[in-house]
Amino acid sequence: MKIAVCIKRVPVMEVKFAIGKDGASVDETGLKYDVNDFDLWAVEAALQLNEKNAPGEVTVVSLGPDAAAEQLRKALSMGADRAVLLKADKQPADGFAVAEALAAELKGGNYDVIFFGKKSIDSDAQTVGPMVAELLDLPCVTSVFKLDIAGGKGTAMRALEGAAEVLEFPLPAVITVDEGLNKERLPSLKGIMAAKKKPLETKPAQLGSAAVTVARMELPPERGAGRIVGQGAAAVPELVKLLQSEAKVI
Amino acid sequence: MANVFAFVESRHGEVRKAGLEAVSAARLLADQTGGGDVHALIAGAPGVAGQAGRLAEVGADVVLVVEHPALDLYNPEAVSATVAERIRNGGYRAAVFSATSQGKDLSPRVAAKLRAPLAPDAIALAVEGDAIVVRHPMYTGKVIGSLRITASPALLSVRLGAIPVTPNAKAGRVEPVQPATDPAAARVKVVEMKEGNTGKIDLGEAPVIVAGGRGLKSADNFKLVEQLADSFGNAAVGATRAVTDEGWRPHSEQIGQTGRVVSPELYVAVGISGAIQHLAGMRTSKTIVAINKDKEAPIFKVADYGIVGDVFEVVPALADAVKQAKAQG
Repeated sequence: MKIAVCIKRVPVMEVKFAIGKDGASVDETGLKYDVNDFDLWAVEAALQLNEKNAPGEVTVVSLGPDAAAEQLRKALSMGADRAVLLKADKQPADGFAVAEALAAELKGGNYDVIFFGKKSIDSDAQTVGPMVAELLDLPCVTSVFKLDIAGGKGTAMRALEGAAEVLEFPLPAVITVDEGLNKERLPSLKGIMAAKKKPLETKPAQLGSAAVTVARMELPPERGAGRIVGQGAAAVPELVKLLQSEAKVI
Repeated sequence: MANVFAFVESRHGEVRKAGLEAVSAARLLADQTGGGDVHALIAGAPGVAGQAGRLAEVGADVVLVVEHPALDLYNPEAVSATVAERIRNGGYRAAVFSATSQGKDLSPRVAAKLRAPLAPDAIALAVEGDAIVVRHPMYTGKVIGSLRITASPALLSVRLGAIPVTPNAKAGRVEPVQPATDPAAARVKVVEMKEGNTGKIDLGEAPVIVAGGRGLKSADNFKLVEQLADSFGNAAVGATRAVTDEGWRPHSEQIGQTGRVVSPELYVAVGISGAIQHLAGMRTSKTIVAINKDKEAPIFKVADYGIVGDVFEVVPALADAVKQAKAQG
């Protein structure tokens, strides 16, 4: 099987963000980067599918700056076979512009399955996977937390609010991965060494024009520190009183 | 006069609250862009036209009804083709979707078919000159971006609970719409819908959420969280990633960076320390109550009210007190 996985370089979120000088981006000073969580689960899904259907090939693709090669190397060290970096100094806020560039690369690749993470945690847009599927005219199943692929067909489950859907689809297909499908493997030392020798191709991203732009970014208002009502069960009557009279939620 | 389109999410022929919110958001945009009409599209099995009245009550001037036996369950290919065709031919200024699981599946498909701009997951909308501006939480809610679209039609999705549903009765003329492609011939088929918490309110719609963390120590002890939720009568149960990783609760209840993002009126955090990934999912709750035995736990920094104490003593006492307060009205 030929499998592709699209991954994104995103900042590690355990920091306080500051707004950049232009007022419409985050200040990148001191940020650390990693592979987007959901994309790691997508890589794992691809590796497992490839192991089940060997021999095959897993290609990881990323759109981003030169430094995104680091995230592609991580996927290679987990076990992917080759990587493609679509170079773009800035990742556009318009998911469709990104989708066009990815679709241009994936088109003609004869992939049986193209995996994406459900969403990227920096833009939190959740749009690129299904857009690529539309551009390539492929069946698409989003937010998959259970997946079975065999005999050219797939069965998947996706979560809705308060329910879940069971879906069937033919290959080739685009699948976006939700948490719960798997846990990503850690790169082994052997994998890290091997990754250094695996092919990583860089080419300019064929970005479309962006019709959605970020006009500004701001930090949300800080929540004022609350108060400790009291200790133990003795504080319950006071809490209930406050929830009734002050917060008015009971 | 700019008309605005709304896609109405339904399930087994019943309009979802998210669908009513989409119509309300479309109404807001139509009113702010010169008082155009709202065209609300609903798709389902034959009989779904019976829901038109509910959509007219909240501001739909025209209810577009797509009926087909193969549309009882969501049909991504047929619905996206039909919606795209309608928007392409309708000359709309904007098209509103719900930022639900289904809406986030549908809206990018439609955007790509139309090559139209899409601003996702709005928590607020505004018309600024010739642009529609959508406020959208990014970086796990640590940054709020304002996304600007000047092109027409502007596609956008609205987060559950962001736009209040208000009565705004319109004539609600019904207009049947033919599916653009044969729903029975779709490649992707939803073959079954498994109802999760049947009879219970969904996390996205619940005014109160009681969530439990590792401090509960076992799956069995989660019944304390359920009992407290029951005492409110209108509460849903949530959990942290640690809890769903342990398998104490299903992944669908996880609130946080990689789970659901919620903004209820009241959020009660039981035995939750307040890891940054969890805060990403609940920091926009209007009132936050934290119960934790560690007075240094970060959850107290975001909570409006805190009780430092053993959850096994505090939570049952709180459940009783809430029940009593409710009974006294």
